[in-house]
This record gives sequence, C-alpha cells and structure tokens, in this order.
Amino acid sequence: MSSALPSTENRRANSARRPLLSKQLRRDLRAYLFLSPWLIGLLAFTAYPTLASFYFSLTKYNILTPPRWVGTDNYVKLFTQDPLFWKTVWNTAYYTLVSVPLGLAVALGLALLLNQRRGGIGIYRTAFYLPSLVPAVVITLVWSVMLDPRLGLINTTLRAFGLPGPGWLRSATWAKPALIMMALWSGSGAAMLIFLAGLKDIPASLLEAAMIDGANRWQRFRHVVLPLLTPTIFFNLIIGIINSFQVFTIAFIATSGAGVAGSGTGGAGPLNSLLMYMVLLYRNAFRYFDMGYASAMAVVLFVALVLLTLVVVRSSDFWVHYESGGRR
Amino acid sequence: MQQTIPQPAVATARRNARIRRTASTLLGHALLLLVAGLFIIPFIWLVITSLKPTNQIFTDPLIWIPSPIMWSNYTKALTSPAFPFLRLLSNTLFYAVLSTIGTVLSSTVVAYAFARMEFRGRNLIFAITLATMMLPGIVTLIPNYVLFRWFGWVGTYAPLIVPLFFGSAFNIFLLRQFMMTIPFDLTDAAYIDGASDFTVLWRIMVPLVKPALLVIGLFQFMAAWNDFQGPLIYLDKAAEYPLVLGLYAFQTSRGATVEWNLMMAAALVTTFPIILLFFLTQRYFIEGIALTGLKGA
Repeated sequence: MSSALPSTENRRANSARRPLLSKQLRRDLRAYLFLSPWLIGLLAFTAYPTLASFYFSLTKYNILTPPRWVGTDNYVKLFTQDPLFWKTVWNTAYYTLVSVPLGLAVALGLALLLNQRRGGIGIYRTAFYLPSLVPAVVITLVWSVMLDPRLGLINTTLRAFGLPGPGWLRSATWAKPALIMMALWSGSGAAMLIFLAGLKDIPASLLEAAMIDGANRWQRFRHVVLPLLTPTIFFNLIIGIINSFQVFTIAFIATSGAGVAGSGTGGAGPLNSLLMYMVLLYRNAFRYFDMGYASAMAVVLFVALVLLTLVVVRSSDFWVHYESGGRR
Repeated sequence: MQQTIPQPAVATARRNARIRRTASTLLGHALLLLVAGLFIIPFIWLVITSLKPTNQIFTDPLIWIPSPIMWSNYTKALTSPAFPFLRLLSNTLFYAVLSTIGTVLSSTVVAYAFARMEFRGRNLIFAITLATMMLPGIVTLIPNYVLFRWFGWVGTYAPLIVPLFFGSAFNIFLLRQFMMTIPFDLTDAAYIDGASDFTVLWRIMVPLVKPALLVIGLFQFMAAWNDFQGPLIYLDKAAEYPLVLGLYAFQTSRGATVEWNLMMAAALVTTFPIILLFFLTQRYFIEGIALTGLKGA
C-alpha cells in the first residue's frame, strides 16, 4: 500500500522488514518487464541490423562463407565502377523530386475538395481513398493495360482528342512519368486523409474573421489555411521522402510483370529508365548474393536520407508555423 | 441621415448572390464528380476487362461493355493451376491473422508501460522509439535476412510474423497516445483495490482502447495482405506464396501470351476482400489515419 508519508516515517514504519529492492527499483523492473518485448525487438531487429549493415558494407559476403574484410572496396566500386548505381541514383532522385511535391499537391487538392459540408461527401472520400488499398501487383497490372501504347485506354482517349499517345512504360522518356502517375493514384489516399484532418482542425472563427475583413477564397487559403497546415505538410513531406527513396514494389513489378520478358529478377524498364535504387539493391543482395556490396548501397542511401531529412527539418524553422504561437 | 436603397436593387443583389451560391455549389459538385470519376476509372476498367473475351481487350474504338460477359473468366482464373487460389488465400490469411495478433498484443503491453508507468529512462526510450519510426527499412533488410537465415527461418513466414510479436514503433506510439487520453481515475481505482499492473491493463485499459486496437489491427491486416517485398525475399516455394505473390507468379508464368482478362479476374479476387473489409470498418480506418498525422509527437 503506497503512502504519502515522508521518507523518515516510512523507514521507521518499515524498519522491521526493509525490502531488498527500493520502491523505485521495483517500479522500474515492472515497467521494463512490460517493455521487454520491445527492447528485445529493438536490439535484435533494429539496433543490431543497423550496425551490421555498416559492418557488412566493409566486407565481401555471400552468405555461404563468412564475411571477408575488404575495407572500402565496395564503396569505391559503387561510386567509380558501377554505371547502374548512378543510373538508379538518377532514377530515384527523379522519382522523388517529381512524385513527392506532386503527391502533396494532389493530396492537398483532394482534401480541399472533400472539405465541404455536403451530404454524401463520404462517398467521394471513399472513392479517393480506395486506390490506396489496392496491392501494388494489381495497380501495376491495371495500369499496364491502361497504358498500353497501341490500344490502351489512355492512349486511345488521348488520340481521340488529337494528342499523341506516348510509349509510357515501353518508352525510356515516358516510363518514369507513367510510374509516377501510378504512384500518385495509389499513394495519395493516406496523405489526403491526414490533410483533411488538418483542415478540419483550422478554427472556423479564423476563416470567418478573414471573410469579414474582405479576404476572398484564394486569400483565405494563402494567409489562413496554408500557414496553419504547415505542420501537416511537414509531416507528409518527411514521410513522402522516406518512402519514395525506397520505392520498390511498383518499380519491380512494372518492369517484370505480365507481358514483359523477365525472370523475376526485377527488370529495369526500357534503357534502365525504371531501375530504382531499392530494386538494384535487391538484385545485388538476393540474386547475386553480394551482401557486402548491397549493404554498401544501403548505407549510402541511409546517409543520404538522414542528411536530406536533417535539411528539411532545419528548413522547417523557416516555414512551419506551430499552434503554440507563431514560428518555433 | 438614412439612405434608402431602392427596392429593385436589393432584389437584384439578392438574386445575384443566390445565383453565385448555386453556381459555386454546382461547380463544387461537378469538380468532385469529375475527379472522383478519374480516380474510379481504373477500378471500372479492371472489372470490365475481367469480364471480356480476349479479343475485346485491346480494341479501337474502346469497348466498354463486353459481349458476351465472360463470367467464366473467374472460374478459369480461380481453377487455373498457375493460380491456386485457395492455397494462396489460406497462406495470406495465415500471415495476416498471425501478424495482426502479434502486433496488437505486443504493442498494447509496451504502450501501457509508456503511457501509465513511471520508470527511469522512460523519456529516453520513448524518444528512441520515435526515432526508429523514421529509420528506413533498407538499412535493416540485409542483416535481418542474414539473422533469419541463421535461425533457419528462410522459406517460412516466421521472419515476417515473429518480429511483430516484439512490438512495432508506430503502433506503440499510436496506442500510447490513445491510452494517455484515458482518465487516471479509472485505472487508479483498480490499483487502490490491489490490482496488479497486468490486471489493470487487461481488465480496464484494453476495453477502453478498443477503437485504437481495431485501427492497429486493421492496418496490420491490410499491410500483411498486400505485402509483396517481404514474401518475395523470404519465400521460395510457390506453395507458400500469399495472394499478391501468387498473382505476380501467375502473370509471369504466361510469358508472351498473357491472358489479361484472367489476370484481371485474379487481381480483382485478390483485392476484393480488403476493399470489403474497408467498407465494413470505414469509420475506424479514416479516424486511424487522422490520428497518425495529427498529434505527431
């Protein structure tokens, strides 16, 4: 029975049978018992692997024989002798630089559209969110058919309007835009819902005050809504960057799925235009079993991601407004 | 000095305002309809193509209503030896259900410690937990594979399921936030009555956080159902594949002569259960996502 007695009285009261462990220690132990699954998991599946990645990157390791120390050989080879590496850097950077801002814009746009008090708005919300539930395999399948250069739905419609129908997934210049379209269609759902929640958090009184002051719709958006949304934008931006750097499944399937000559290695698309960083890493690790080399790739991406995230976080001081009173 | 506005001017102004309002309502509706239509078209195309005979899939002009409607595509796809539907489904359910149980159980216990227990190092460990949410999976992928290979778990679902029984940062965070909104009176009463931590958690806290548990469960179920990369890395026998991997294998097994309509049928069958689940639990899904984006740390 815990008591609020000052410690001296407590000690006197318990002096006959002083417990071995102090109260605080017992409390700590109980808590750590509850935490134990997570702590074990952290050590085994997060801490150890992260450190091990750094270690493996400095070895030559093919799983069957123990790792052999080679120092920075993997990194040298990666940066100077692997044209595919630089191709994937370009492809992934392109993908990130286009899909993340566009994705934010699309998600925000959809959220704004949905932020109306209408009957039946739930139906539209469902319609916009549904694509996020679809597995990547299905997304690539449907879009491959729709994007068929000759007779797919998209090109046939474009031609009906007199526009040329690009080669999409078969063309080196249009493959990435096609991939980005697929990603935007299926990836906007979650970000849209988060934006929607953020929009609903904006006090109506502020908007009304702006209206009374004579602000039109655009001005209200730019000076009231947008600043108050910056924390949400920041959140979605970080998540978007982390995810798009590691894009794998749609790139893998779009280049090796149905109708494409492939043996499950994860193709690269026309002229390697769809070879993404993660797909190349997968190839090196699980096709060539060059674990050391693949680990070096992982470390490079990790470092790049950390740096970019730091830059974004730093920049947030300048453009993110927190409700706790103006800028941080 | 009262300035009177002539009546006709007032009436005109009111009418103009009403017209503007109706126009903006109509415009809003039209825009919603247009964009929603664009978003839904791939689904429609999926369904339509799955019901087409092969020679009506790639045509100019486009065929929107197949004739005849080939319901047989579904029976053909589901009974095709290249797409063993029932086995794929049972594998998927095995993975989804077990991983959901694992994460719900472990995340609840851990979140309770963060939310309700006072212990030294609590803030530090919680900060570390948050940090791991941002850790890209790429950096743990290979060593985890090496570890699981050492355990002898490659070729099974164990690498995909077991780690979830040790908690996952995101779910712990979500649950902890939710638990912290539960008034202390409710749990304090039980403590005073002599209940142990575990009893309080199990008997009092869990029933109170059921909505959050449901959200976590749904998200994990869906993530497992759609997971491609994990099974791709760890499973090597077709008999173990989940639906998504089976669908991929179905696609690549055909080589140059792809039967798109059968693929679409198989694809629809793969996607349908999740969509159905979503419709049944919409409210929780949407609230859950909103929770993730707001009170972020």
